[in-house]
Order: sequence, then structure tokens, then C-alpha cells
Amino acid sequence: MTGQETAEQKEFRQQCRAWLQENRPPPTAMPLPQAAYEVTTQAHRNYLVDWQAKCFEAELIATDVSRDYGGHGHDGLQQIASSEVRRANVPYFINWIGLGMAAPTLLIHGTEAQKKTYLPTIFTGEDIWCQGFSEPGAGSDLVNLQTSAVRDGDNWVINGSKVWTSLGQLAKYMLLLARTDKNDKYNGITYFIGPMEHEGVTVKPIHKMTGEAGFNEVFLDNVVIADHMRIDEVGLGWKVAMSTLTSERGAAQGVGAVASSNSPFAAIESLIELAKRKTRNGKPMWDDSLWRDKLVKLYERTEAAAQNARRTRINALNGGAMRIPLQGKVTGTELGQELHQLALSMLGMESSLYIGDPNAENDGSWLLGYMNTYTGTISGGSSEIQRNILGERVLGLPKSK
Amino acid sequence: MAQSQEHSQEHSQEQSKDFGFGEEQALLKDQARKFIEDKQPLLALRAATKGTEDPYHGGERPGSFDVAAWHEMVALGWTALAVPEAAGGLGMSLVTAVAVAEEIGRGAMPTPLTSTLQSTFVLRQASEQDAKSQQAIEWLKKIVEGSSASLAIQGASGSLEVDATDITVKNNKLNGVAYYVQDIQKVDFLVVSAKEAGHLKLFCVELNAEGVDVSYDRIVDLTRDQGRVSFSDVTATCIAESGEDVLNGALPALLTLVSADISGGCEWLLQTTAAYAKVRTQFDRPIGFFQAVKHPIVNMMIAVDESRSLTYAAAAAYDADSDTCHRAAHFAKSNASDSAEFCANRATQLHGGIGFTWEHDVQIYHKRVMHSQQLFGDGYWQRQMAANYL
Repeated sequence: MTGQETAEQKEFRQQCRAWLQENRPPPTAMPLPQAAYEVTTQAHRNYLVDWQAKCFEAELIATDVSRDYGGHGHDGLQQIASSEVRRANVPYFINWIGLGMAAPTLLIHGTEAQKKTYLPTIFTGEDIWCQGFSEPGAGSDLVNLQTSAVRDGDNWVINGSKVWTSLGQLAKYMLLLARTDKNDKYNGITYFIGPMEHEGVTVKPIHKMTGEAGFNEVFLDNVVIADHMRIDEVGLGWKVAMSTLTSERGAAQGVGAVASSNSPFAAIESLIELAKRKTRNGKPMWDDSLWRDKLVKLYERTEAAAQNARRTRINALNGGAMRIPLQGKVTGTELGQELHQLALSMLGMESSLYIGDPNAENDGSWLLGYMNTYTGTISGGSSEIQRNILGERVLGLPKSK
Repeated sequence: MAQSQEHSQEHSQEQSKDFGFGEEQALLKDQARKFIEDKQPLLALRAATKGTEDPYHGGERPGSFDVAAWHEMVALGWTALAVPEAAGGLGMSLVTAVAVAEEIGRGAMPTPLTSTLQSTFVLRQASEQDAKSQQAIEWLKKIVEGSSASLAIQGASGSLEVDATDITVKNNKLNGVAYYVQDIQKVDFLVVSAKEAGHLKLFCVELNAEGVDVSYDRIVDLTRDQGRVSFSDVTATCIAESGEDVLNGALPALLTLVSADISGGCEWLLQTTAAYAKVRTQFDRPIGFFQAVKHPIVNMMIAVDESRSLTYAAAAAYDADSDTCHRAAHFAKSNASDSAEFCANRATQLHGGIGFTWEHDVQIYHKRVMHSQQLFGDGYWQRQMAANYL
């Protein structure tokens, strides 16, 4: 384990930094939603696709992916590109499911033809992808999914419905899990590339508790999919899905920076700034040890998350390859939620004022952010499921089911 | 999630990505773990406390300190590892010392090593920045030769400020009482803070010097010992004229070493509780099957991992002489103190009745990490201190 960068890596880092500095896009007329999964308008879509395409051309995306699949064919430069993207505080990449989940899945499990067909437009952002895992009766208990795929010659006929589908209204393809054998829970699932523009696909927006439309229900009614759009063998869908979820949970090497652009310290730093500005009992809240204690604790835990990432790379100190990475989802989302809860307490009655109220602190974004933290703690395997996974896979405790 | 993966790189750009933890540190840590496992430090402690009416022996710790093992540790170079080369030591980093301290905590080993390492960092700081540099080096040489040491820097109030001593000095004679001195039954000399006309200075004095009198505290932690030391007209060597600067400079190292000890102890509590949850059966299933048991064990792991990461980060910040090293050390000790409380609490609770007994080792670790939680201040104190750097 060395922390030294090669001359090539150093030069590439400088290149990325300079490019990002010079090519930062102007802000949109209507502000972008807080997270990529909440994009709903065509105007935002076009702006973000354009931005992702530029970043791809600048070799910030698919940096280490082979040229055969539309990548840039470098070696050991992706991590540098991604860290520079995150550092630059630029807009997020709209095709985060494509980059974070579809591409890693196809690279591991796809055929040559699939890699050549689908990867290039994932990288450029031309084709947006969504994820079709969850169903009304299969959330945390994903293996209970019921959407069926029945073989019909060289095709498959899909029937069922998916739910909580972020970007569903903008996507061209879906990572689709469907049941090919009703009698075998785990080995009866097959993984498909689901075309969203085919006949029989209906997308219906779901409104969240925030009042925003972010995700969708997707109804699949006799949708016909060619067999060449199947990923890996029939019945291996569950195993392929597990590797996809590993990508989602941040444990795999990605093909581009997926996450939003803010530093993880941005939220706690602005909360401390708020504490220095707001007064209670005639003095700044920051001067009151009660608030201080809670704020410093959150800062400390944010630092711990960053330092966990640093320790992950040291084999002798990380307690096993998956131990720290598998914690990232549950700790990051719960920390964010605690932070927003504290923000609302600090605002007191002001926290009741929502977006659009002229007196709301920061246009109600603490309140909006608070509600949206549940997206993090529930989706992609809820915190409860994450704790099962950690207990079972890392500590070897008996499986709960 | 993914965003925090990279963040540390920028945040600590002036420091090494790997905390300065390389091959050498990995080998040493491995050696320390095997050595301590081999010594089975808790066996002697068990023998010394078995079947006695007062297992605490009035605060004495007969038989619990393996002197032969201590000499071996000295011979292995563990006490000299942080001593500067100018004093004949190995001049290694705090990260290296932390690697060993973590293993001491994991084994709950009764040893003056951590106290000696802490004294080393105070002396080292004095040797680097104080007018009495030469005197500090002379006492560091004693550590290389095998002497053990502890800090006598706290007053009766138990206050945690660096100038909280009740000892005064006049004409190089110390008078007064130092409280909560760690490992007092095991060490050879003390680093003492004392005030001369309100100005803090640091001194070194052999424990057997004339006018030094020790009484033992009856502490609940069986793996440590503690006492108060009274000084009446004791002649001592001044090793730092500007005691406050030196102690402040060394403070991050003191906090980080305790955090490392706690991290090791909490990892033991985690692994032991997880192992028990796999074999203890109730309602026809191993109790680890039940989420009411499984999830708190996972929470213990999350707590330990935060503490370990912050501890190594604090050590790396100190080694890099970073502006953030005080904040990083307060974060580490805050987090480790909270982990100590949480992991001890859950380990005992999840072990059920057996965890509450004298017979089970969980009680030994529970008391050790509780003691460590308060050393140099708990989480609440550390956060008040860290706030000064935010």
C-alpha cells in the first residue's frame, strides 16, 4: 500500500483539475434538484446530458474502460478523475444508475455484443438508465419479486410492475429483474435489459412527502424483449443483482463519479455557520455547550466517514476488504438524517416554514433535505437490511429471514 | 456514499494517504499481537484475584504485572520506538506507537507501556522545543535503557486543563500532591507538572527519590493501577521551562494513545460478543439470528471502526505536524470514549447473565475501557475542546 502517485497520474490530475476549472457550466434557470434521482424536467435533463457528454469527452468518465466498449483505455486514472470531479463542486451526472450500476454489471456479466452496444451511450449520457428491482410486494425482501418473464421463441414476454423507479420517465433502459421460475425463489430470477420505449410500458409518477415528483411506478404489460437483452444465464439474476447492489453500495470500482458534487463537510459546516449566526437566550447558539456538543459530534462523525475511506485501503488495518465499504450506506444516510434533524431543532419554529415562504431559512432547504434523507435510509436496501448484511457477511452471524 | 470515499484524499493532502502505516508498522503490530496472545496476560490476573475475599487487594495488584514480559518488551524495542535518535531511540512515528498501543488494549494487558509512551512524547516535545532540551534527552535515555515512566500532571479536582496541577516548585524543590497517576505500582520515574509563581514547568523525578510518598487508589479496573503521589521538598530535574507549551504540544499524542488502547479493547468486545451470539442458543436458535441482538452488535462494529479510523488519522496528523492535529486528537478521543461506553454496555447486556459475572472476561474489558473513557477527559470534554478548532 503506497500513497504515491506516478508521474502520469499526477499529470492527469492536473489536467482534470484545469479542465473542470475552465468548463464549469453556468447555473440553470430553475435550480437543479438536490439529487440526481429527482430530475424530472426536460430542461434539466438536456442540461445534464450535455454536461455529462462534455465530461466524457474530457476523459473524466470511463477513463479506465477499454476503447472497444467506448471507454478511454487508460489504466489507474479513473480514481483520479472521480476525485477531481467530486472536488470541483460541479453538477452531478444524470446517468448515475447507468454509470454506477448498469456499466459495472455489463462489464462483469454482459456479452461482447452487449458491452459494445450499451456501454458507449451510458458513458456519454445519451441513453439514461433506471433500475427495475423493487416491486409493491418486494422491497427489502427483494427476492420475493413477482414480475414474470415467459419465454416465447427468441423473445421473452414480461408482465408485472415496478415501483420507486428514479429517472423512469427519462430512461431508455431499465435494469430489470423478472421471475422465470415460480418454484425456485433464488434461482428463479433472470436479469434483463428492459427497453422503456417498448409497447406495454407505462410510467406513472409518484409524488413524495416533499411534494416533489421524483420517482415512478412502471407497469409492464405484455412487454416483449429479445433474448439477446438477457444478462447472463437464465436463473442467475439474483447473483447478478447482488453484484449490482454491491456497486450501488459503493464497494466496487466505478466507471465515473456518481455522487453529487458537494464536499461531505458542506452540510455540517453550514450548520455550524448557522449556529454562529442564530441566537438563543441572547447569545449565539454556538456559544451554548448543548448545541456545540451535538454539532461537534456530527462533524467528528463526518470526519470518521472520510477517515474510514482512507483506512479501507490499508489491508493490515481494514479488518477485511468488505467490512468498512459495506458500512458506508447505512452510516452515511443515518448521519445525514441526524444532521437534518438537528438543523430543524436549531431553527425552532422557523423550521415549520417550507419552500416558497419568504421567511424560510435558506428557502426551506433544511426541511426539504430532512424529508429527502428518508430516500437514503430506505432505498437501496433499508438501514435494517444493511445491518443484517453487515452482521451476516462481516461478522458471520446467523442469517435472519 | 461514494463521495466520502475520495474526500479524505483532499482533506489530508499534506499527510500520507496510508497514515504512514507501512510494512514496518504492519509487522510490528502483528508481532505485538502474537506476543501478547502468547503471554496470556489475563491468566495471572485471574490467578491473583481468585478465591480472595477482596479481589481488589485494597488497590494493590499482586501478580498481575508480568515483569519478565516487560523486560522482553523493552528488549524488543517497544519502549524505545518513539524516543528520538538523539537519545538513542528509534525515532519512530506516533502511528507506530499507536499500532502497539492498540494491541495492548486488545489484550487488556497490565503494563506500563502506554504510560511510558505518553511520557516519551512529553519528553520528546520538550527535547524539540524547550530550553531544557538536554535534560529531556537525558531522561529519554533512561527509557531506552529500560526505565518505565508515567505522568503526574493532575490535581485533586480531577480537572483536565493542562495546567491543573496542585504541585508547586521553589528552588527546584517540589511540594504538593499529584492525583490519578497511572501505573504507579509499575513505573520507575514520573514526569511531573508543577507551578512556580503561577508558571507551569515540567520535572522528572525517580519514584524512589527522597520525599516522594505513594498511596494506592482502589480502582475498579483490574488491568491498571493508580495512585496519588505526595512530594515534600523533593529535588527534581526541570525538563521544560515552558511546561504549558510542551504539554499542549504533546497532548494530541497522549489522547491518541488512549484512543488506540480503547479501539483495541472495543474490537475485543465486538468479536467476543459476536462469537457468543453464534453459539448461545435460546428459542431454538443462536441469539445472533434475532435482529434485536444482531443489530446492536453491528452498531458496535460501526462505533469501533469510526474510533480506529479517527485514531490513525489523529496519529498521522500529529506525525505530519499538521495544523489540524489537536482537533483530530480531540475527535479521536471523543469518539473512542463514546465507543468505550457503548461497546462495554452492549457487550455486557448481550452476554446476558454470564456477562455480569466475575468469571467472564467481559467484565475485565468493560472496566478497562470505562477507565480509559475518562482518561484525559471523556467525549463531552473532548468535544468542548474540539469546538475551539472549528
